Amino acid sequence: MRSFSLLSRSAGAAFLTPAGLLIGAFVIAPFFWVIYVSFTNRTLLGRTAMNPDFVGFANYFSLFDAASFFTRGEFGFSLILTVQFVLLSALAGQAALGMLLAWMLQSVPKSLKRLTEAVVIAAWILPEVVVAFAWFAFLDYENGTLNMIMDALGLPPGDWLLSFPFWVIVVFNTWRGTAFSMMLFNSAFSSIPPSYFQAADVAGATSWQKFRDIGLPLIRGHVVTDLILITMWTFNVFTPFLLTSGGPSYRTEILPIYTYRVAFRDFEFGKGAAVGVIVMLINLVFALFYLWVTRRRAKGVAA
Amino acid sequence: MASIRFDRVTKKFGEFTAVSDLDLEMGDGEFICLLGPSGCGKTTTLRMIAGLETPTSGRVHIGERDVTFMHPKDRRISMVFQDYALYPHMNLADNIAYPLKVRGESETKRHARAREVADVLKIGHLLERMPSQISGGQQQRTSLARALVYPSDVYLFDEPLSNLDAKLRLEARGFLNHLQRDMGMTAVYVTHDQAEAMALATRIAVMDAGKVVQYAPPLEVYRRPATTFVANFVGNPPMNLLPVEAMVADGNVQLKAEGLSAAPLPVSRAAARALDGNTKLTLGVRPEHLTIARGGEENTISGALFANENMGPETLVTLERDDAARFTARIFTDESLALRGTVKLGFASEHVHLFDPGGTRLPMDHESA
Amino acid sequence: MTRYLNLYFTRIGFSVLTALVGVLFALPLVWFIFAPFNPRAEMGLAIPDPFSLSNFETVFGNRFALRGLWNSLVQSVGGVILVGAGATLASYALSRSPIPGKNVITYILLLFSSVVSGSAAMVPIFLIVNGIGLIDTQIAVILVFAGGLLPTAMFILRDFIDSIPKSYEESAMVAGASPVQAFFDVALPVIRPGIVVVVVWAFVNIWGSFLIPFILLRSSEKMPAAVAIYSFYSEAGTPIVTLLAAYSLLYSLPVIILYLFVSWKFGFRFFGGIKA
Repeated sequence: MRSFSLLSRSAGAAFLTPAGLLIGAFVIAPFFWVIYVSFTNRTLLGRTAMNPDFVGFANYFSLFDAASFFTRGEFGFSLILTVQFVLLSALAGQAALGMLLAWMLQSVPKSLKRLTEAVVIAAWILPEVVVAFAWFAFLDYENGTLNMIMDALGLPPGDWLLSFPFWVIVVFNTWRGTAFSMMLFNSAFSSIPPSYFQAADVAGATSWQKFRDIGLPLIRGHVVTDLILITMWTFNVFTPFLLTSGGPSYRTEILPIYTYRVAFRDFEFGKGAAVGVIVMLINLVFALFYLWVTRRRAKGVAA
Repeated sequence: MASIRFDRVTKKFGEFTAVSDLDLEMGDGEFICLLGPSGCGKTTTLRMIAGLETPTSGRVHIGERDVTFMHPKDRRISMVFQDYALYPHMNLADNIAYPLKVRGESETKRHARAREVADVLKIGHLLERMPSQISGGQQQRTSLARALVYPSDVYLFDEPLSNLDAKLRLEARGFLNHLQRDMGMTAVYVTHDQAEAMALATRIAVMDAGKVVQYAPPLEVYRRPATTFVANFVGNPPMNLLPVEAMVADGNVQLKAEGLSAAPLPVSRAAARALDGNTKLTLGVRPEHLTIARGGEENTISGALFANENMGPETLVTLERDDAARFTARIFTDESLALRGTVKLGFASEHVHLFDPGGTRLPMDHESA
Repeated sequence: MTRYLNLYFTRIGFSVLTALVGVLFALPLVWFIFAPFNPRAEMGLAIPDPFSLSNFETVFGNRFALRGLWNSLVQSVGGVILVGAGATLASYALSRSPIPGKNVITYILLLFSSVVSGSAAMVPIFLIVNGIGLIDTQIAVILVFAGGLLPTAMFILRDFIDSIPKSYEESAMVAGASPVQAFFDVALPVIRPGIVVVVVWAFVNIWGSFLIPFILLRSSEKMPAAVAIYSFYSEAGTPIVTLLAAYSLLYSLPVIILYLFVSWKFGFRFFGGIKA
């Protein structure tokens, strides 16, 4: 043994092997495989299931076919729908609501704080199938809690899943995911020394001024982290499928659901793979941006 | 017990040289302190004895054995870590007995032995406790007990007292001194606290930038610091150092500096040779060798009073000179000194230290060359 | 004086608004609190009269429902064992051994795991599992989850191990322990809290997931509870609400209990950062 270490290099390599094999087979291999499959006409059954042909960029051309790009149920429609979904439910919904809650929770009584946190976090930790089912009941036309409330308020009931499917999944995803932003901002706010705010109190600042001048600037880094992470997660979320299956008539078919339908309902693996590649490219941009931001912060350049 | 020998040992971490070309012999039964500021290579040196670092070049011997590349477990050593490294999931008895467990001793035997050692260290009543349930001083003793529970050739200490508060540190230091007298163990002890090194060591190796600057018994280091670095590091407050002009005439050297009135110093022939051509020297005087001048002193130095701090048995009087250099005197009196304006301090010629421009001490006439 | 009135009213206003938001968040779940205990439960909100556990009896009498819970348990425990063991060994190696480029490895793995999401990679995952002949097996679900969760698990655990002083293992070795002894006697027990966090996180993730078992499994015998619940309410003409409500609650219990356990043991925030 030439150089001492707690774990020799060969033992270290042995320790890494099990994890390496699993990650290699089910994370890294799929990454390259999906690129390969996206250039073939692979299907689930039939001749092309066993011997798919190489079709070049045909799958990509069909995704970006100008004639049908914006048609409902086609890739372009789904892509634009997904962008709207992310902007509304993640950025305008989860991040803004999470920020508002986190800020207010700093100055409300302890018991109210714990109760609110418990409810918001419950929406986040319960299994996705369970919350989807609970929302089914909530939105039920005949007896649902929401229409019961509408009735009590003297408003007409709505068949929400049929009339406003997109807004339903936006509100649903906001409700489901606000907890993460709330907790992140909450812990960021509590890490600011209370004396900063007390000094502002003494100077007579309003809550809004304290938020704008002290709170927000000091947690800027956390906000960037939060926005990137929830954007990525919302971009890849499959949960709305459990509520709407992408319908009615493709109106809630965000990209993950679109991928699922193309590959596992229409059995066009090649085309599904091409969508997967595009989604991964978009993920890659966000992930690289995130790594760049965190590393830059680690070097102490940015706040 | 065994001696330790470093043979031209160098240790690099990437581009950084932590220890450079080290030759060092530590005798059987000696208590060696490695003393120096952080980053001087003292801990790396200790960890190479332990086997927790491997030299980049050179050899390390313990007794007759070449241990350069030997695994720590085979070296027959004990070590007390700076953070104690007590295992949080084991109670004190199991912590202390752990070295016996890996040696395959039976449970009854190792617990009997752990109790024996714990009793000596006055923690016998705590054996059922977990490390998180005892005080810092008790944790320190536990880690000491774990090092003493099995026979070793060499005992290694990595700043073992640095996490204790000042009072406990004095107490633990006294205890270590007692232990060394009792056991006569071979020990290597890393510290940045010069008082600890003075109190415990049979020899001190003062280190700076990966090299040993002086390797001598504590009093020798105190009386004849080899360089200005050592002079500055050993002693509290540190030795006063003042740039002076020197002129040699008739076997005497005459020192000149603003506010300094110095008697001609007889210098040895060797020193005169070393002095040859050097007119810029550094004069060193320890604070405890300065007195308030009352007339008749061999040498005096004066400056404006900067601080006058009475601390009970002694008073620190600090002067600030025109060149912004400060001079501190440690006056042994429990009376408050009424001083103001310009103050004159006196010192005897036998307490003068001279360093050449490279910082190396010049041998004085009254010392054997 | 006005300054303090100002603070006082801000506090009251915030409390009212917070309570309002809390109520809005609670509304969709209110039904779910009552229905499991209502033997005549429908989609409508109703206070159970009488409170009854008969719905749970129905669940325990339904072989398919019980089978689903059992399958969820098998898949989650299987995945957790692989993730826990694999991540512990790998992150210990990344933290303690002199493997060159280990920081780069960690970051690349993390990058891959966030790019290759379940929804982006469902096609190749299906094809790979199909290719190795494991389609419609529980082991496939376990392996896919283990691979997907390992990079994040390794990242969390490596951070944890890096924060543990090396002097624990060093002191064990100086005292005479071999590297293997030092790992099992000293390192592993000290790392255990980190492993618990990773294991809980992985369990909750696998237990609650729908997509992967949904595309990899076909026979109803192997479906976990997530897929079973979905097929109960999507395929059956009118869902048997009584059964489904009680079943959903049973299925949610482990997640709720684990959440309470983690927040009791490690505090709220810790869990906040790691559910993904």
